[in-house]
Amino acid sequence: MFKYVLKRILIAIPLLFGISLLTFILIQITPGNFFDTLKLDPQVSPQTIAHYEKLYYLDKPLLQQYLHWLKNLLHFNLGYSFYYNAPVSEIISSRLFNTFILALSAMLATWLIAIPLGIVMAVRRNRFIDKFLSIISFISLSVPSFFLAIILLYFASKFGGLPLGGMQSANFDQMSFVGKFLDVARHLVIPTVVISIGSIAGLQRIMRGNLLEVLRKQYILAARAKGLPESRVIYKHALRNAINPLVTIFGYHLSGLLSGAALIEIICSWPGIGSVMLTAVRAKDLYLVMASMLMGGVLLFLGNLLADILLAWVDPRIRYD
Amino acid sequence: MTRMKTKSKSQFQMAMATFRKNRLAMFCFGVLMILYFSAIFAGFLSPYSYDNENRNYSYCPPMKIHVVSSQGKLAWPYVNKMTLSFDQFHKRVYTEDVSESFSIKLFVKGDQYKILGMIPSSYHLFGVKSPGRLHLWGADSRGRDLFSRLLWGARISLSIGLVGVAISFFFGLLIGGISGYYGGKIDNLIMRMCEMIMMIPGFYLMLALRAAFPPNLNSLQVYLLMIVIFSFIGWASLARVIRGMAISLKQRDYVLAAKAIGLSDIKIIKNHILPHTISYSIVAIMLSIPGYIMGESALSLLGLGIQDPYASWGNLLSEAMGIIQIRFAPWILLPGFFIFLTVICFNIIGDALRDALDPTLKMEGQL
Repeated sequence: MFKYVLKRILIAIPLLFGISLLTFILIQITPGNFFDTLKLDPQVSPQTIAHYEKLYYLDKPLLQQYLHWLKNLLHFNLGYSFYYNAPVSEIISSRLFNTFILALSAMLATWLIAIPLGIVMAVRRNRFIDKFLSIISFISLSVPSFFLAIILLYFASKFGGLPLGGMQSANFDQMSFVGKFLDVARHLVIPTVVISIGSIAGLQRIMRGNLLEVLRKQYILAARAKGLPESRVIYKHALRNAINPLVTIFGYHLSGLLSGAALIEIICSWPGIGSVMLTAVRAKDLYLVMASMLMGGVLLFLGNLLADILLAWVDPRIRYD
Repeated sequence: MTRMKTKSKSQFQMAMATFRKNRLAMFCFGVLMILYFSAIFAGFLSPYSYDNENRNYSYCPPMKIHVVSSQGKLAWPYVNKMTLSFDQFHKRVYTEDVSESFSIKLFVKGDQYKILGMIPSSYHLFGVKSPGRLHLWGADSRGRDLFSRLLWGARISLSIGLVGVAISFFFGLLIGGISGYYGGKIDNLIMRMCEMIMMIPGFYLMLALRAAFPPNLNSLQVYLLMIVIFSFIGWASLARVIRGMAISLKQRDYVLAAKAIGLSDIKIIKNHILPHTISYSIVAIMLSIPGYIMGESALSLLGLGIQDPYASWGNLLSEAMGIIQIRFAPWILLPGFFIFLTVICFNIIGDALRDALDPTLKMEGQL
């Protein structure tokens, strides 16, 4: 197992270098860089710009620039953001935390709602509630998330009660600890709903399918034959076996959330990695783009790795050698 | 002696027969046909061109079509002139001016457009004579007809899915087939490339790719660029699946036989391996088109895709990003409903096709 994880990580490292190289090339083939806008600013002297360009090797050939960035990366120095005027690592780490909060809340919402719904649908198969929820889940799988976000923000603006995007209210600093917590929670509602509604629909379908498959097994028949009450058959015998395979989805879901919520972050102006990426791309903030891209790749990789490890953990038949 | 004629059906024909029995899917198919048809003939069906603006009609609400004249008699459908005034909160108020009305004419002359992009014409299916304006579904901030712009936008939004899917499936099938068939170093190299593309979160890659090109491209260039971007991202996951299938298919006897009679490798891949992946591919195509449509909308929504004055559904919806504006002009949400309608139709058809072609087919779960 340990060997497998090590192997996966070793394979991932060249891939991550590939990602960074690709990003670097993409940003560099565009005409112009961040300093071009600064050069037009009469308040910034040419000497200052030359100084910065020298400091960040921007006057050197491209290959040397990339190697310089790589060298810094090995020293855990992600470079400097020209747009925010701060070290990239500082910006990324604070934004990463916000993305984690959003991912965590979406994750909780998804699993706490989807699993019970899936159970209800499977137990009451082909009854009204099952058909009704099937239709609802199909619709919510097809609603474009950005459209849903816009509609919810509109309702929030019309009926009040919920903030229109952002993460903190204006008077956040004066709030007590509990007040701060509640304030962030209030801001979390809309992005969480938007992000989780599609995954709730997907997960409940999978849960329903799994449970139905388990309920057809012979040991369920045996449990019923020996006269166990139905609730005990379902919750004790069937449910445990139906939930196990979902563990892999947990990992993929996490990686999807960390990297895939970018658009919603932007629309709900949630200050996460996704919105930084957009700002950085627009401002041509080279090092910030490279770092957010790399971070997105790392998160996706960690989630997938977690999924594989969890799968081996719950299913002894799977061995990675 | 007459030969008995037995009508035999191919596997594909049988699947199509099953598909046709699915009423909901057929209905969705009809809806999509209507949408695509309207997109193709957008110039004729829409009363105005996409850039025909009249600032006096900014955020004009959907007009009422009257069939009873002010004298109380039955009349040919007409609309009244809308006059704009502001209330004490500087809010726009449109009132119908009963004194001036314009009847809706069929085949009226209006803005120039080209039928199928070739034959110039200026006739529109319906419209009103010049000083009057006809806004069936309201107008946007610059007083452009939303109905017309939706039709024009459908051209971009609907075609980008088809073209993007066609390109990425061409490459996905070809590269996946080659990778699985040859194996060894080629396979290794191609798969590492796929993994790299799949390891970058799609939306980030989309942004970075878009950023690599100057922001002031014209709309045709942006359109082509978006297709290239989506195809670049899209081929990888397909190639992986096709590769897996190709690996198991190349051990079949008929591939061996084809090799024995000396067919070239590329012919074996094309004629003997790829056709066996068709069930999977058709379903995957149907279920991945919505992704392309939403990708276009997302980019345009953020102002990185199609730019004003050209219309696409995402670009039209960007007007709703100023959330407060929706309260005064709820019709600017319409493009979103059309995106939703298209996406759900493709999803239902994809599901039905999967049931018809091969119920055991497992697609990657959407989550």
